[in-house]
Amino acid sequence: METAKITKTQAQGAAAQTAGAQGAAAGATPQAAATGAASGAAATSAAAAGAAPAAQPTTTLTGSQAVLEALLAEGVRTIFGYPGGAIMPIYDALYDYQDKLEHILVRHEQGGIHAAQGFARTSGQVGVVFATSGPGATNLVTGLADAMIDSTPLVAITGQVFASLLGTDAFQETDVINITTPATKWNYQVTDATEIPAALAKAFYIARTGRPGPVLIDITKNAQQQKFDYAGYVPCQHVRSYRPKPIVRKEYVEQAAKLINGAKKPFVLFGQGVILGHAEAEFKAFIEKGGLPAAWTVLGLSALPTDHPLNVGMLGMHGNYAPNVLTNECDVLIAVGMRFDDRVTGRLDKYAKQAQVVHLDIDPAEIDKNVKTTVPVWGDCKETLPLLTALLEKKTHSEWMGKFKELGKKEVEAVIHNELNPTTEQMTMGEVIKILNELTGGDAVIVTDVGQHQMVACRYAHFNKTMSNVTSGGLGTMGFGLPAAIGAKYGAPDRTVVAIIGDGGFQMTLQELGTIMQFGAEVKILILNNQFLGMVRQWQQLFNDKRYSFVNITSPDYVALAKAYSIEGASINVRAQLKGALKTMLDHKGSYLLEVMVGKENNVFPMVPQGCSVAEIRLS
Amino acid sequence: MQKQEFTITVYTENQIGLLNRIAIMFSRRKINIESLNTSPSEIEGIHRFTIVIQEFEDVVRKLCRQIEKQVEVLKAYFNTNEELIWQEMALYKVPTDVIAEKVKVERLLREYGARAVVIRKDYTVFEATGHREETDRLIKALEPYGLIEFVRSARVAIIKDSSGFHEKLKEFEAQEPGEGVIENEYLGKGTEVFSM
Repeated sequence: METAKITKTQAQGAAAQTAGAQGAAAGATPQAAATGAASGAAATSAAAAGAAPAAQPTTTLTGSQAVLEALLAEGVRTIFGYPGGAIMPIYDALYDYQDKLEHILVRHEQGGIHAAQGFARTSGQVGVVFATSGPGATNLVTGLADAMIDSTPLVAITGQVFASLLGTDAFQETDVINITTPATKWNYQVTDATEIPAALAKAFYIARTGRPGPVLIDITKNAQQQKFDYAGYVPCQHVRSYRPKPIVRKEYVEQAAKLINGAKKPFVLFGQGVILGHAEAEFKAFIEKGGLPAAWTVLGLSALPTDHPLNVGMLGMHGNYAPNVLTNECDVLIAVGMRFDDRVTGRLDKYAKQAQVVHLDIDPAEIDKNVKTTVPVWGDCKETLPLLTALLEKKTHSEWMGKFKELGKKEVEAVIHNELNPTTEQMTMGEVIKILNELTGGDAVIVTDVGQHQMVACRYAHFNKTMSNVTSGGLGTMGFGLPAAIGAKYGAPDRTVVAIIGDGGFQMTLQELGTIMQFGAEVKILILNNQFLGMVRQWQQLFNDKRYSFVNITSPDYVALAKAYSIEGASINVRAQLKGALKTMLDHKGSYLLEVMVGKENNVFPMVPQGCSVAEIRLS
Repeated sequence: MQKQEFTITVYTENQIGLLNRIAIMFSRRKINIESLNTSPSEIEGIHRFTIVIQEFEDVVRKLCRQIEKQVEVLKAYFNTNEELIWQEMALYKVPTDVIAEKVKVERLLREYGARAVVIRKDYTVFEATGHREETDRLIKALEPYGLIEFVRSARVAIIKDSSGFHEKLKEFEAQEPGEGVIENEYLGKGTEVFSM
């Protein structure tokens, strides 16, 4: 048994080395390839001479080289990062890997990790970020927490002080493992180079499997420098204690189908689980066969085309009127890959009390966490949805769909029409998004920051393709937009990436304009400037008697700022210029910054006030 | 519904930092840990945590699911006191001269099933195991005779159900890897790969 295992390892190691040598032939990893070739030659000559069998062929690598070999073996091609003292050996090794690994030097580690998130969300791959120890590592924490709550697969690699200095308050030492524990799916500190291949294999496996999430590997400087016998990279396919997918219970699938088939008013809520599970087609087939109206969470956006007849809009605090009101009228509520966030449910004790709840989720901890489930369907929805669809009766539920349309009309009259076709002099955020839709045809990747513009963009942006909406849903991280858009462009280089950002959020991470300048990431930056921290101001207006406490924010000359970074730009404040300016932005080759001055005190409606039931959604 | 005592049993891999990862799941929810015991289990490389808390059942159920979600956790169970057999061990340090002179003390120790662990000229250490109330009663009884020091262990508990955790754990381990799954050769190798 043991012998068989060893043989397999050797075979895989040899295969990895061959791949490494091929890579080197193309001009990369010269050092690794040279050593590989040398050891290969030695093995051949030993065999030819009939000598005693040599030891298992290995290559001598430093820990840093092993890190980069692991990234290559995992298919990584783009890294976002920022060097520093404790990660210098890895950066030194990276110098020899420049042809194989593209490193994007950001201007702040927070920008690096948000870029890696944007990359992961548009590419479907694991995002990778490098940072040094101490402040470098702590600057990643916001992004880790953001990725954790939004289930974004990331591998963050941080440098750490020498193992001999751990715990001595050495220069730039922080206990990054303990700091990041609650914000990571898994983390691990490497203090010896021999641990690196296995630790990284485990990191990538954990980050991308099951419910994805961020993983952090902290590597001490001595481990980065240490040379060791590298026997090849073995991808991880199993961890003793980790079951990424729960076992699908067929009896629950049958019970769920029975409930849905018997429903008069079924209603589907879908979240990012559909996108993360690559189950968009399976989801579409499911709702189409059952004739099931479906509404999306902010992160579920783009899993179903906006204009699909069964798409009834957005859920939650600033969602659409009909799906919120009818949540409290449906008889069977089917949640697919969503987690009943409090921004979706409003007051839990008044949430869908009349409904039987079917919950499909890969994470068993989500079942019954917030909303009591009648039938849980544990599993990857890519697997469970087809099983469920097969048992569904073909239906249309036209009368029930009519109710969504009826309430939808009410929302159009009360809110949407005025937002998209304002008669006031001031421009609205909604009309900007409407024209953007016309010009992009719903094909663009839309990255948003956090605030009013985010909710407006999520409400009104049109999507034809999946993985097109990148936003900070769970953590609500202001400053996310610009760096995430840079990453999104690397994740989807052939697509138009539009970053819609408020004047508040933009000023949090605008240093990343420098990254755009240096690396030429083609990001269209659309600043919707209302001269306020708009969402906080809206709450202060509605709930704090208009006591506008520190929400008035002034902005620099954004166009001049962009120009300083060699980015073209324009600022407009007249409706007549809007379409032309947006067209100029989209047609421009390269990055472009467009500032649109919008109404100062416009509000985002409808709104479910905090502490209210979803049925108490306000239209004004 | 009222808060009651629950014993959470967590089976984990033996990994640095896991204690912190589990402990912060309680502190994040502002749940006080009454007692926590961790030790190797009967299965190689698998550790067992026994954690006692006062909580509502619903909270404990959700908490266990979240604990189970941690990568290095195999299983997390929770039980009420009725479902468990448990013990805590206590050590009592008392002056030897008092013990030698006072026959009552000897009788007291017999009553509580205590045994002497160390006998020195200056003090004697007795050990007793039992439920909290039992070991507490012995403290009260020994106090008048000059109890010098007292220490108690965290709870160790075993489920009454005859199939118990051991079978469930084996089931879990048997779930995966299935036949076509290639083991990562570096994993499960303990000290050969990871410094534990």
